[in-house]
Amino acid sequence: MVQPLNYLKESPSQTAGPYVHIGCTPNFAGLHGVYDKDLGAGPMVNDNTRGERITIRGFVYDGVGNALKDALVEVWQADADGFYNSPSETRGTADPNFFGWARCPGDMTTGEFVFETIKPGQVPFKDGRLMAPHISFWIVARGINIGLNTRMYFSDEEEANAVDPILSRIEHRMRVPTLIGQRDGDILTFNIHLQGEKETIFFDV
Amino acid sequence: MKNTLPETTPFFARDRDWHPPAYTPGYKTSVLRSPQRALISLEGTKSEITGPVFGHNTLGEFDNDLIINFAQPGESAIGERIMVYGRVLDERGRGVPGALVEFWQANAGGRYRHKKESYLAPLDPNFGGFGRTITDDDGNYAFRTIKPGPYPWPNGVNDWRPAHIHFSVFGHGFAQRLITQMYFEGDPMIWLCPIVKTIPDEAAIRSLVAALDMNASIPHDLRAYKFDIVLRGRRSTLFENRLEGN
Repeated sequence: MVQPLNYLKESPSQTAGPYVHIGCTPNFAGLHGVYDKDLGAGPMVNDNTRGERITIRGFVYDGVGNALKDALVEVWQADADGFYNSPSETRGTADPNFFGWARCPGDMTTGEFVFETIKPGQVPFKDGRLMAPHISFWIVARGINIGLNTRMYFSDEEEANAVDPILSRIEHRMRVPTLIGQRDGDILTFNIHLQGEKETIFFDV
Repeated sequence: MKNTLPETTPFFARDRDWHPPAYTPGYKTSVLRSPQRALISLEGTKSEITGPVFGHNTLGEFDNDLIINFAQPGESAIGERIMVYGRVLDERGRGVPGALVEFWQANAGGRYRHKKESYLAPLDPNFGGFGRTITDDDGNYAFRTIKPGPYPWPNGVNDWRPAHIHFSVFGHGFAQRLITQMYFEGDPMIWLCPIVKTIPDEAAIRSLVAALDMNASIPHDLRAYKFDIVLRGRRSTLFENRLEGN
């Protein structure tokens, strides 16, 4: 016999289901009058936010290429200088005009999600090397049993991407482009494929 | 969160055998929505260790009272009046203060207020079915609602969801983000449900079943169900200063 460690087990995940909008984006679901606005809805920037304005657009596709109409996508990112607006950020103080988190339900007709934000600065990896600019994504939907974590990197950051500690250690190089948002002007296109030949790389974070 | 050092360490590895796998053919929708390749393991960086924190000014006065938050003045939702309460803890058993908890559910007849929902049970004009709260300094939360009904759903020809409440929980790091469901003690429908059965371990399922707590009930008013939620724990900070970049 040994002494018990007495850790608790994490509550097991269950799918967000088809009605996740009711709880997370009720105004989007047509349920008005309880919350002034949906949490995390709308532009992530205001007039005083520092940084380069970008818009991220994309779809979440299932294994046969249908865009999900009932997914919920959340993003979390650093500010323009690479600081997170979080009590666990100990390196400096983040831009007070940038919260860094947002959520967007896929459009109920087309499935498209949109985030109006800024390009994040670089954040150090645990050994001090800089990671390339990236935005963390979390995807839930009916049929997804546990939320999926991935990252979007930037196509206009080839040099930084080449030495990024995460990207550079991915064995199957042909899969790396699934993590790169394609930049055209101020628009970044980032499509997420749950399954199939173009399956996005998802992380066990 | 006051008088404590910032939490700067990565989280415990997630026990993927305890959670449902992505591909669970008994829950048909998962078949085309499940990644088939291995997840790439990523030890937590600043991007995962940090997370958004929501202030109490996020909340409206009745956000944690589903019995009245959608009701006409002077009216209230139809159904068995209950309170759901508990703590948000981490795997070390510590309360998680300041955690935003969102919840949503069907009405007493098993009907959701959603444009894509077509079950023949009626809507309750005084029930929206959603709310939210933020945990106190010890991780406690509570809300008032009515007990949701079970409802049929298109999967097998006669599949029914047990009575349940959906929960979305934010801890202090984005890697703690969790969505789950709460079930009710004594419900025989739990063990028939294909979504419940995506969880392979019976003990894990039991950890999602809220207990009836008559001691927390209010006589002649409502009964209470206790539901604790456990988020991932953080690694020890004892030797933190040996690690760079944290």
